[in-house]
This record gives sequence, C-alpha cells and structure tokens, in this order.
Amino acid sequence: MSSTAAIVNGLAVLGLVVSFFKGKGKTVQALKVAGKSFFKILPMVLIIVVLVGLLLGFVPPSQIEKLFGAQSGLLGVLTIGAAGAILHIPSLIAFPLAGSLRESGASVAATAAFITTLTMIGTVYLPVEIKILGKKFALLRNGLSFLAALAISLLMGLIL
Amino acid sequence: MSSVENDNQKGKGEKEKAGGKKDLIRDWVILALSVIGAVVLLSFFPAKVDPTITTSKNYLVEMAWILPAVMILMGLFKVWVSKEMVIKYLGKASGLKGILIAALLGATPTGPLYVAFPLAAAMIDKGARILNIVVFLSAWACIKIPQEMIEIQFLGLKFMATRLVLTVLLVSVMGLVIEKIIENTGSISPELE
Repeated sequence: MSSTAAIVNGLAVLGLVVSFFKGKGKTVQALKVAGKSFFKILPMVLIIVVLVGLLLGFVPPSQIEKLFGAQSGLLGVLTIGAAGAILHIPSLIAFPLAGSLRESGASVAATAAFITTLTMIGTVYLPVEIKILGKKFALLRNGLSFLAALAISLLMGLIL
Repeated sequence: MSSVENDNQKGKGEKEKAGGKKDLIRDWVILALSVIGAVVLLSFFPAKVDPTITTSKNYLVEMAWILPAVMILMGLFKVWVSKEMVIKYLGKASGLKGILIAALLGATPTGPLYVAFPLAAAMIDKGARILNIVVFLSAWACIKIPQEMIEIQFLGLKFMATRLVLTVLLVSVMGLVIEKIIENTGSISPELE
C-alpha cells in the first residue's frame, strides 16, 4: 500500500468513526452515497486502467528523452507540451525526466511546457472528469489548461 | 464544525435515475470495446504485452486501495457538510479568501487527480463557485509540496519558483474565464450526485 492510500484510507476510517458517533443514520446514508457513486464511475475507472497500461506499455518514460530530447522553439514547446498532456507519468519520475530533457538540449520553455502539461492536464482522466463534472466543465478545464500551460512556458522562456 | 441539517434534493435524484441506467450500460460497453481494442492492438505487438499488463495491474491495485476510501470521504462530505458552510467559504462571496482556501484544500492531500473529481462535484453541488473549483483541481494537480521539492532538486529553485507563481496567476484567470463561460451558457449539471 502506498503512503497516499494509507493517508486516504486513514482519513476515511477516522471520518467514519467520528460520523458513527455523531449519527448512525447519517453514516449509513453516507455509505449508501459512497457505494452508489463507486459503481457509477467503476467502468470509467477500469477504462483508464486499460488506457494507462497501453500508454506506459508503448511509451515507457525511458524512451521519452530519445523522442523529445532536443526540442526547442515554438514547435518544440507545442510538441513537448502535447506529449505532456497525453502521457501519464508519476511526478517522482517526471521531474528527473524533465531534468534530463533540459540537459539533452530542450529549452527552458519546452521543459516547462512538459512538466506543466504533464501535471496539470490528465487526458487519460478525461473520461472520468466528464462523467463526474460534466462535459462542458471538463473540456473547458483541460483545453484552457493547455493554453495556460503554453503561456506559462513561454513566459518562463522569456524570464529565465 | 457543527452539523447543520442539509436538504436531500430527492427530486433531483429521482429525475437523474432514469438516464443513469442507460449511461451505465453505455460505460460498460465502452469498457468492453477498449478491452477488445487493447487485446487486438497487443496481438500485433507481443513485446508490449508484459509492460502493458504490469502497468495496468499496478494501476488497478492502486485504484482498488484508494477509490473506495475516496468515495466514503465524498459520502461523508455530502451528508455532514452543510450547504451554508460551503457557500460561506467557497461560494460567490468568498472572494480572495475563497481562492486561498480552495488552493490550500487542493494542495494538502496527495493522490491522483481522479480522486479530486468526486470531491469537486460534491462541492459544486453544495454551492461552491466554479472559480474556486478550478483552483482546487489545479492545485491538486500541480501544487504539491513534495512535488515542488523534487522540482527544486532537478530543475533548480529559480525554475520552480517562477513556474509556481505563473501557475497560480494563470490558473486564477482561467478559473474566472471558465466560470464566466459556464454562467453564460447555463448550468454545469454534473451527472454524479
């Protein structure tokens, strides 16, 4: 079990215990809401499991440097930003990877674009986001996040 | 925190039930299609079978550990946190304080972004403003203290600090834009309730 899972589960158990002492009926109600929501998003979550498997299976992080190593200029920012938006890499691996991208010749703007789109935009999560928050919100948030990430990267290129 | 009575919105729930079943069937069909698609794709690239299955399996285990707990937290939030409280701290009149609270709420826990969606939906349901929800989700996605530490280590303090400041500014602007668009085109109507 990861530390994230431990924290989230700890909070849930703590919440349930406190809730149970404050009101049995409401606790049961909360569990019902939880169960219903769980089964509602389960298929979408399983779709993501398949997608993430394929993504990391076909584009392992070790190959990304080879693919996008020396990208620079506006085109570099765009392609590397798009890669970051689509790919799915845990941040513990992503930052060292961004460091080595920078070393192998990517510009500040391109490196920033990669990290920013990678963390801010989760294209693989899009089906779940649409399911839970609605198509309008999800598409707006992801689309504008991409623009914001590009703006952040270009500004970083200018400042640094 | 006091527990104030919250309304159940029964009418809304019943209305949504009719469309819910159809959606659920559609979701399972899409899942079946993506599994078939994956199997066909992998049959052309036998070398990719192992890494793909390993990744999917790890991811499935991670989800199995986290998702039920997140759903329970969301359920507790829905039952115990009053609409008045959410409106007060994250609603229309919350202003700059609301943005800060949303950013802090988002930046404190760790965990993948999909964990935050149900919580965001519950907050919208209780009257939080869209700007704050966008800030909350963005903070959850890209402002994490351990993450910033790793960024300093590999890209330097100047890089990290510049990126952080620019991110906070642009995310707030983006939140305002999304809020305006959603307000001008009707409600957001999250399906999950």
